[in-house]
Amino acid sequence: MQCCCGEENKLENRFPDTEVDLKPLDVVLEKYKGIKGSLITILQKTQEIYGYLPRRALQHIADVIGVKPAKILGAATFYTQFRFQPIGKYLVMLCQGTACHVNGSEKIEDAICDELKIKDGETTEDRLFTLENVACLGCCSLAPVMMINGEAYGKLTPESARKVIREIFKNETNS
Amino acid sequence: MRVRIGLGSCGIAAGAKKVIAELEKKLAEKDLGIKIEQTGCIGMCFNEPLLEVFDDEGKVSLYGKVTPEAVDRIVEEHIIGGSPVTEFLVSDDDMTFLTRQKRVALRNCGNIDPENIDDYMANNGYKAFEKCLKEMTQEEVIEQIKVSGLRGRGGAGFPTWFKWNATLNAKGAPPKYIICNADEGDPGAFMDRSLLEGDPNSVMEGMMIAGYAVGASEGVFYVRAEYPLAIKRLEMAIEQARERGLLGKNILGTNFSFDLRIKAGAGAFVCGEETALIASLEGERGMPRLKPPFPAQKGYWQQPTNINNVETYANVPWILFNGGSAFSAMGTATSKGTKVFALAGKIKRGGLVEVPMGIPLREVIFGIGGGITDDREIKGVQMGGPSGGCIPKELLDTPVDYESIVKTGAIMGSGGMIVMDETTCMVDMAKFFLDFTQKESCGKCYHCRLGTKRMLEILTRISEGEGKDGDIEILDELAVKIKEGSLCGLGQSAPNPAQSTVRYFRKEYEKHIYDHKCPSKKCKALLTFTIDEDKCTGCTLCARKCAVEAIKGEKKKAHTIDQTLCIKCGNCADVCRFGAVMID
Repeated sequence: MQCCCGEENKLENRFPDTEVDLKPLDVVLEKYKGIKGSLITILQKTQEIYGYLPRRALQHIADVIGVKPAKILGAATFYTQFRFQPIGKYLVMLCQGTACHVNGSEKIEDAICDELKIKDGETTEDRLFTLENVACLGCCSLAPVMMINGEAYGKLTPESARKVIREIFKNETNS
Repeated sequence: MRVRIGLGSCGIAAGAKKVIAELEKKLAEKDLGIKIEQTGCIGMCFNEPLLEVFDDEGKVSLYGKVTPEAVDRIVEEHIIGGSPVTEFLVSDDDMTFLTRQKRVALRNCGNIDPENIDDYMANNGYKAFEKCLKEMTQEEVIEQIKVSGLRGRGGAGFPTWFKWNATLNAKGAPPKYIICNADEGDPGAFMDRSLLEGDPNSVMEGMMIAGYAVGASEGVFYVRAEYPLAIKRLEMAIEQARERGLLGKNILGTNFSFDLRIKAGAGAFVCGEETALIASLEGERGMPRLKPPFPAQKGYWQQPTNINNVETYANVPWILFNGGSAFSAMGTATSKGTKVFALAGKIKRGGLVEVPMGIPLREVIFGIGGGITDDREIKGVQMGGPSGGCIPKELLDTPVDYESIVKTGAIMGSGGMIVMDETTCMVDMAKFFLDFTQKESCGKCYHCRLGTKRMLEILTRISEGEGKDGDIEILDELAVKIKEGSLCGLGQSAPNPAQSTVRYFRKEYEKHIYDHKCPSKKCKALLTFTIDEDKCTGCTLCARKCAVEAIKGEKKKAHTIDQTLCIKCGNCADVCRFGAVMID
């Protein structure tokens, strides 16, 4: 019998089994493995290293700290901060908080999706941009807001959002 | 002459760093020997970036929406020339945003350098803590909190002294813990962030006093990872407090030993609930558990734990310094003191405001906030975020206190206040919040996990023109069941946005369901776009912008929209310069 979830939800696709260098992770594990309650901190440090949580890294954490992989995956998938796919060079975080919603973040999303030809959570083929809807960036008085690699852009219109993306794209292709 | 710039997240997002770069360049060029000082959030987010100039005579000039170009003139004309550049100054009208407030928790925000503990100490910082350690017993400290009438500022409004007392009297072997809940999950609220960024020491001092009062040895900040600047400033403040012997062993020569550390949350709304927060601190999935036992008896690692919110702790040093009765002199019979709100949405002057409890909502929105963007008609205000409800304009004279707000169907919440105007669709708002809570439900309770999803499905259907007779009744029934069948505050309050909008805006729901119309013109599926032949000049702009080529017509002649092709994206209405595209 075939699974009703479809191909994209298959475990292998959600958690790609790619080769990663585990050395920097060992430094983190060395520091935290004896401290109880530090699993989430370890996962956060792992994501800082790789930009996401690679499946092999999760397996490695399980082996070293002696916790079942199921428990690690259970904790990791619970929190929205953690990603399981590599991201592009630029992470576009589009605020979907209440103030942004009231001030038209939906139209900004439409414009960005159209400009990049991707949907929420996806990465462009050239691996330049990843789009991620986030709950709130906390700069509500500048709504609607997006943040690209830590830099905030406020009071967006569909046109100004497109312009920001185009500007980055232009700089990338020229350099 | 001194200059100071506001460097909260809002200021930085609005371009404060570019302003600093330009200012540094200019000041160096002119060799004026003036150092640029920094401060946290002033609260006037709508006028960021903000720059203050202090003349030698003590006169303060506040410049708003400062651009690098404006910096050049401010340096030339004001700092060198001595006369303020009036056109860039924040207007007198905008200044009422600050003068109408009463600042207790935010007393230092925007007045001190958050990265320098000496600045905090120069403003009576840590004096209350020292007084507690050296002159007061644990019971006396708790008594002052009781006299103050301080209630939890995280949303539920539980009396703070009661929690402290329960933790103090908890039986069992040490240690005890103090936790600061800084997992500000309400999308549209930024009080905690601003406080931690603008005045981390006052929150720390509040925790240290709580630590002394309940006999705890360690305090933990649980801060959202999305607030990197708040975490950075907290780290600095904790380090500086350790250097000065305010944290560590035998503080200030007494027997009291206490230390603080920070743990970054990983993004889960439910972790605002205290038992879920504790589970998360212990490295587990953030799922709530049944109470009792309360954290005061069995909390972090099963030890007695006191949890309060950021703003609650920030009030504590003020209360101990000025006395509990000074605090209870403000506010109403049951809600004492002040409350901080994050004012946002369709508001002219959005930002951080702190007002005495009991003032009417109207005063906050119109008096301080300056009214609605573009002078449109106000429709209502959402308080308490996804756990709260919508208060309609008819009830704007409701006083801001815990009980009065609950009576309207909303909750005080942590302080998110989103103003909505006639262009905001209430079905869409309910759908927005249910979408949020159904994603954030931890899944432990059946009613919350599935009930919120079913509510969202119904709301989605209504907003797409597929609403059915009886839908409103099912929504109501589901709301009651979810509230009854959920363990924690998330589930117990998740139906509030839908329930309160049904209560006050039932006609709007009925319009969607029976007439297939969205009066606020927000629900795309219910809209029809047509072109007014008299207004259309045939400029062809809309036709060129139409993604599906649904707009036909010759140049300089009126165009028409093919309804069978139209996807209702609204591009044509956005680009038309003649107002010829009609939306119904």
